[in-house]
Amino acid sequence: MSKFKKKKSGDMPAVNTASLPDIVFMLLFFFMVATVMRQNTLKIENNLPFADQVEKLDKKDLVMYIYAGKPSQNYKQFGTEARIQLNDDFASVKDIASFIAQERASKREELIPFLTTALKVDSDANMGLIGDIKQELRKVNALKLNYTTKKGSVFGRD
Amino acid sequence: MAKRAAPEVNAGSMADIAFLLLIFFLVTTTIEVDSGINRKLPPMEESEEDVIIKQKNIFTVLLNGKDQLLVEDEIMELKDLRAAAIEFLDNGGDGSCDYCKGKRNPSSSDNPDKAIISLKNERETSYKTYIAVQNELVAAYNVLRDARAQSLYGKSFADMQANYKDVNWPGNKEKLKEKIDQIKVDYPQKLSEVQ
Repeated sequence: MSKFKKKKSGDMPAVNTASLPDIVFMLLFFFMVATVMRQNTLKIENNLPFADQVEKLDKKDLVMYIYAGKPSQNYKQFGTEARIQLNDDFASVKDIASFIAQERASKREELIPFLTTALKVDSDANMGLIGDIKQELRKVNALKLNYTTKKGSVFGRD
Repeated sequence: MAKRAAPEVNAGSMADIAFLLLIFFLVTTTIEVDSGINRKLPPMEESEEDVIIKQKNIFTVLLNGKDQLLVEDEIMELKDLRAAAIEFLDNGGDGSCDYCKGKRNPSSSDNPDKAIISLKNERETSYKTYIAVQNELVAAYNVLRDARAQSLYGKSFADMQANYKDVNWPGNKEKLKEKIDQIKVDYPQKLSEVQ
């Protein structure tokens, strides 16, 4: 009867994909914002100890990182004793002085007194190594020190 | 009977929803900041003059290679260390410290300014235990400073320091700095490590 009856077909209409780019961009931005940039590839195990009397280590550009811990699974050939890592490679206690000098040279002169050394040491390392590092830091007069820890109670962690 | 076509979903507002989510996460995510215990190493140059410190003003903490704790020649559990350190620091034996709430035991520390905590560890001590002990000793100072700040200014020392660092804090920063320094003078952190 009606002339203008729509032609009916059994096809499903295509799903509109116009908003897919938005979703993709959203994911992109999220990961851009949430990713933590790691400066160094760790070759050691670095399971930080816990402490709750912590202070924040802001001004990231004024921090020199010294890592220590036992070599990780892929670097077993370096033994099982805790070792120091500076930048991307294993180092010995003697290398700390030159590392500090190098870090200082890369900063503006007026900022040098504000440089802090952050010790990121595995909880199973022993204090002998830390004592050596501390002694070395005293020699080069890098006296501001931060023992980087995770936030949490110190009790009941064994 | 003719089949009815499924109506098309309007996807025009999808982008709005996506942006809403994007903005929400942009605002709420924080990039993790490292935190830890700040310490200052003693400078290398040896001071010529020998400072004479009375034995009663030193609180010795020894950590052996098996991670056992010896405090003032007695074996102690880690959980008791904070209270012991507070008792020592807040003793006020010579009466010159009018804000100390300690027992005024004449055989313990004279006043918080003279009281020194001496920490000694062995090479075999594990880093985890060392940090735990450091944490407890710092906590002892923080507890005392908080109590002092509460009684003087009615807010905790941690809050005062947070306010000082906060750029949006509306109050007078110079006055706050003075107050913080006053508390630091009242309870100076004298933690020495034996090499």
